Amino acid sequence: MENLLNIFVKSIFIDNMVFAYFLGMCSYLAVSKTVKTSFGLGIAVVFVLAITVPVDFLLQNYILKEGALTWLLGDAANTIDLSFLSFIMFIAIIASMVQLVEMIVEKFAPALYTQLGIFLPLIAVNCAILGGSLFMQQRDYSSVLEATSFGLGSGIGWLLAIVGIAAIREKLKYSNVPAPLRGLGITFIVTGLMGIAFMSFMGIKL
Amino acid sequence: MKALRDYLSKQKPKFQKGGKFGAFQSTFNGFESFLYVPNHTTKSGSHLRDAIDLKRTMSIVVLALVPALLFGMYNVGYQHFLSLGQLANESIFSLFFYGFVKVLPIIIVSYVVGLAIEFFAAQKRGHEINEGYLVTGMLIPMVMPVEAPLWMVAVVTAFAVIFGKEVFGGTGMNIWNPALIARAAFFFSYPTKISGDSVWIADKADAFSGATPLATAATGSFDKLPDLATMFYGFIPGSIGETSTLAILLGAVILLVTGIASWRIMASVFAGGLAMGLLFNACAPEQAMTAAQHYMNLPAINHLVMGGFAFGAVFMATDPVTSSQTRSGKYIYGFLIGVLAVLIRVLNPAYPEGMMLAILFMNTFAPLVDHFVVQSNIKRRLKRAKVNA
Repeated sequence: MENLLNIFVKSIFIDNMVFAYFLGMCSYLAVSKTVKTSFGLGIAVVFVLAITVPVDFLLQNYILKEGALTWLLGDAANTIDLSFLSFIMFIAIIASMVQLVEMIVEKFAPALYTQLGIFLPLIAVNCAILGGSLFMQQRDYSSVLEATSFGLGSGIGWLLAIVGIAAIREKLKYSNVPAPLRGLGITFIVTGLMGIAFMSFMGIKL
Repeated sequence: MKALRDYLSKQKPKFQKGGKFGAFQSTFNGFESFLYVPNHTTKSGSHLRDAIDLKRTMSIVVLALVPALLFGMYNVGYQHFLSLGQLANESIFSLFFYGFVKVLPIIIVSYVVGLAIEFFAAQKRGHEINEGYLVTGMLIPMVMPVEAPLWMVAVVTAFAVIFGKEVFGGTGMNIWNPALIARAAFFFSYPTKISGDSVWIADKADAFSGATPLATAATGSFDKLPDLATMFYGFIPGSIGETSTLAILLGAVILLVTGIASWRIMASVFAGGLAMGLLFNACAPEQAMTAAQHYMNLPAINHLVMGGFAFGAVFMATDPVTSSQTRSGKYIYGFLIGVLAVLIRVLNPAYPEGMMLAILFMNTFAPLVDHFVVQSNIKRRLKRAKVNA
């Protein structure tokens, strides 16, 4: 239980997807103009990550990993290693999950659907999502619960980052930013400075 | 005085638009309003809360910084002669003078670099020169270790003024406190110059330990800590302006009486730090195994007088531009700063001091806190309106 909590907190603050790994930057930069929209996208990312990471975990441990097929084919399968398929399989899972989210959002929140526009289907190729699954593979979590708490935590970390920068960008509307820096330029600078603030958690051992 | 005023009035037309030196209008205005009270008040910017002129606000903050700065200079001398074991031979004035000579160059570098960039930017972009830098330029030297090389001070000051302030449009429009950006830039760029034993005391004797109380506490050896009164008065190694909680509280009184700083933020920062300290005390294990577990046992009140906690709470967190603007937002913002500062100190072995990063972190999220406070206000009032109708 304590272990799950540690992974959860760690993936939100210490290994934050945006500020520690700079993943998922495209939608982070493009959809962060207002807090409301970015909150919607953030929730979508949380949802997708919290589902795809555990599903990919099961896929990894029961089909793809070396010797993972023993439960099905007996000892003869000990040498079968399908992990070269992991990229394409992970992407397939993610794409289908994103389809699901898209349908749900379109049905229940049409206003948000139009606001998010192309970025909703683009979650499928959001590097934070694939990154979540690949980190899961690399860090070798021991149970599906750990994978779930990692996925959920990473999603919430990303959500925190995008609503944080959206609020700052709303406030920046009143600032007198030099013309060449308006728009993306100042957003990059703000992201870097937010990264400094997030460095406060780096080095905490949980 | 009158001669100066007449001279300025005579020169003024030349610097107006279309005059001989029209391009230097903002530089002239900057000097004129620095020397004399201008006859106009602030018209825009997110710091605008009442009709008090920005210059008056900033002058009072500088005034409030003076006790901490003077004590800081004295303490630099005190620590130096203490480490040499010659404390008894020196008079109070020679202690102070030694510190004065050490600290003054840092202040000069900070002001010259910062103001040069500020003037240049104002000139280039055609806006007025604001007095905001008077405070930042004073804060930067006060959060530096006394042995900080001057060129490093110049580099981080330039970084802070350009990327912390000018890219957002100058005073009143920044998101992060520029002085803290300077300190963070210093911390991450030149870590050896801002941590360890040898940077906090000027020219100390080799055998003398120059560790700050925070660094001592982080190792878990509380018996080597100075007693509470010494830390409160500030006779401990540390950044130039941060050691004396007493002098800082004097400044706090000035800020609170004049209404410049928000008492809500100040009080909630202290409350947050105290609450988190007590929480750690309560859940510290009986048999402490690691340094962090030892650290949890440190009495909560010690956190408030050690390191930069009081300095940050009084002068940094209350910055009216970068803090939360809404009333309940201020409580949340301040409380979380206190909590985070103690949390980082105790749990993060990489940073002995958590105050700087805690404030930067909450500066980041201050707009978000405001957003949610405003939204919940709107929701509550809509509900009320519906009931009445």
